[in-house]
Amino acid sequence: MEKKGITLVVQGRFEKTFLDQMARDIETAFGWPVSVVPLTHDILPFFDAARKQYDANRLLQLVHAEYAAESLKTIGLFQVDLFIPILTYIFGQAQYNGSTGIASVYRLRNEQYGMAGNERLLYERFRKVVIHELGHAFGLIHCHVPICVMRPGTYVEDIDQKKHFFCNKCYAELEASLKAIQGS
Amino acid sequence: MKTTISILIVDDEESVRDSLYNWFIEDGYEVDCAANAKEALAKIESEKFDIILADIKMPGMDGLEMHRRIKAFDSSAIIIVMTAFASVETAVQALKDGAFDYITKPFDPDDLTHLIRNAARQISLRNENETLKNKLVTLENIEDIVGNSDGMIRVLKEVENVAPAHSSVIITGESGTGKELIARAIHSNSPRKFFPLVTVHCGALSEDLLESELFGHEKGAFTGAMFNRKGRFEMADGGTVFLDEIATISMKMQIELLRVLESKMFTRVGGNKEIKSDFRIICATNKDLKRMVADGSFREDLYYRLNVVNINIPPLRDRKEDIPMLVTYFIKKYCTSMSRDLITIDQAALRRLEEYHFPGNVRELENMIERAIVVGNGKEIRLKDLPIETDVVTDSNDSLNELEKKYIQKTLEKYDWNISRSAKALQIDRVTLYNKIKKHQLSSPRK
Repeated sequence: MEKKGITLVVQGRFEKTFLDQMARDIETAFGWPVSVVPLTHDILPFFDAARKQYDANRLLQLVHAEYAAESLKTIGLFQVDLFIPILTYIFGQAQYNGSTGIASVYRLRNEQYGMAGNERLLYERFRKVVIHELGHAFGLIHCHVPICVMRPGTYVEDIDQKKHFFCNKCYAELEASLKAIQGS
Repeated sequence: MKTTISILIVDDEESVRDSLYNWFIEDGYEVDCAANAKEALAKIESEKFDIILADIKMPGMDGLEMHRRIKAFDSSAIIIVMTAFASVETAVQALKDGAFDYITKPFDPDDLTHLIRNAARQISLRNENETLKNKLVTLENIEDIVGNSDGMIRVLKEVENVAPAHSSVIITGESGTGKELIARAIHSNSPRKFFPLVTVHCGALSEDLLESELFGHEKGAFTGAMFNRKGRFEMADGGTVFLDEIATISMKMQIELLRVLESKMFTRVGGNKEIKSDFRIICATNKDLKRMVADGSFREDLYYRLNVVNINIPPLRDRKEDIPMLVTYFIKKYCTSMSRDLITIDQAALRRLEEYHFPGNVRELENMIERAIVVGNGKEIRLKDLPIETDVVTDSNDSLNELEKKYIQKTLEKYDWNISRSAKALQIDRVTLYNKIKKHQLSSPRK
């Protein structure tokens, strides 16, 4: 069965314009058609009451098991705070060279840091996180070029420092990966 | 050479292993996982990991015990211990046991990134340090021992063969042949190269001083012993002791030395605590130790203990083909140290050096070149800059006629073929000198 491009699986309330813009930008970044579907599963079972966060490993498994089969790459877009057992929080994660990833907008909001909300900045940050995680799914590793979207970031300020596109080296690797997929 | 840093994650929780695995893979590291200490130790035995990230609380062998075993197996391993149950005691214990760092689960992503980055930096510095040390040692060996003659090639081959072993070595050779340089070459090519090479010039010390120098002394052992002092044997632990002029030590010291060589244990002068030190011994002498054994002035048992390997350095007069290379080497050495432009040596001066018998060997040649650079014209070393007395008769089998020819030629060269000055030096008149030049068919090289 032919895979049908990249799927954004959306949890929670995102503005339609926000999602439309995201779909266009992801399509531009990877050159594959992008579709948007809602996440229809209850995520409450993945809530960890002690940490007051959602288990990102299990959410990744859910997205992978329920939504990834027909897509080349699938990424879940979440509104909730994510953790993995070993880390206090994550912005997102993906299967390296795999088919699925997840990303959360929760810790990207200025309001989390006592600053005035900024929807434009929030979108910019989230776009970078989503492209970064999809990059991992396409087999890219972290990059040390300061402006490259694959540069690792553990604070929102790190994310603000980089751009939403790939450096030449990462782009060449992405192209090779995309060609390999098209050829297979 | 391996360039990617490898990480082994040891944790009994699968979710932790998976999370860390994904985190590090995305950073471009080589990552492997083990679910318990036993599995980790098996992996470490078959593969080298740069960084080991280990949980403390695990069923079976805990992380601290595993850490001790890894350190015993590979002391350079960088181990970071992690635990969900923070306690100061375990953290202190882990660090005391040599852990690189300690981190409490769950970590802040930024802390984890910094921790691994610091460990990676340490690995890179360690590798760089190793490379530089090797480079230094190689440079020392290449530059300090100069010679292309068969004799020196044989010596260097012997150095190469004997260096990796732990056997005692006696280096023999006339004064000034470079015995200490050969000892340094052996040490710096041996597995002991990162530990000290301690040199003792036995001939320069009285018996009492030598004893204190070699074994150290306790405070109050003798008048003037105000503090405890480590001896050379103690200082050389892990390295090499070079005893120069071994033939000069007294019978009493010979017995002491033999005892130390056999047990590698000794006590400081005035002390009663046995000290253990692991050192290799290299000796040097310009005397015939075998003859000394025969006439009873050197102990036979000590001789055989020391003389496991013997390296004999030929005198410079037996390897004259090395002289041009040595001259170039010393010119470069002294011109550089005196911040002067490099100079050359004229053919007559070089020929004179090649004919000279060098009783003081390479040291004498070195001193000559140094002096010639100081007193010379700053452009080239001339015959008159060399402090060689005319000694054509010394080792010669030539006829009287030949000797006269050579003597006159050298005098003429010394005075740049200035007939008046040469005649004056030869204590003959100018006409006689002209006649002798004609008779021996001598001619100035400038014509």
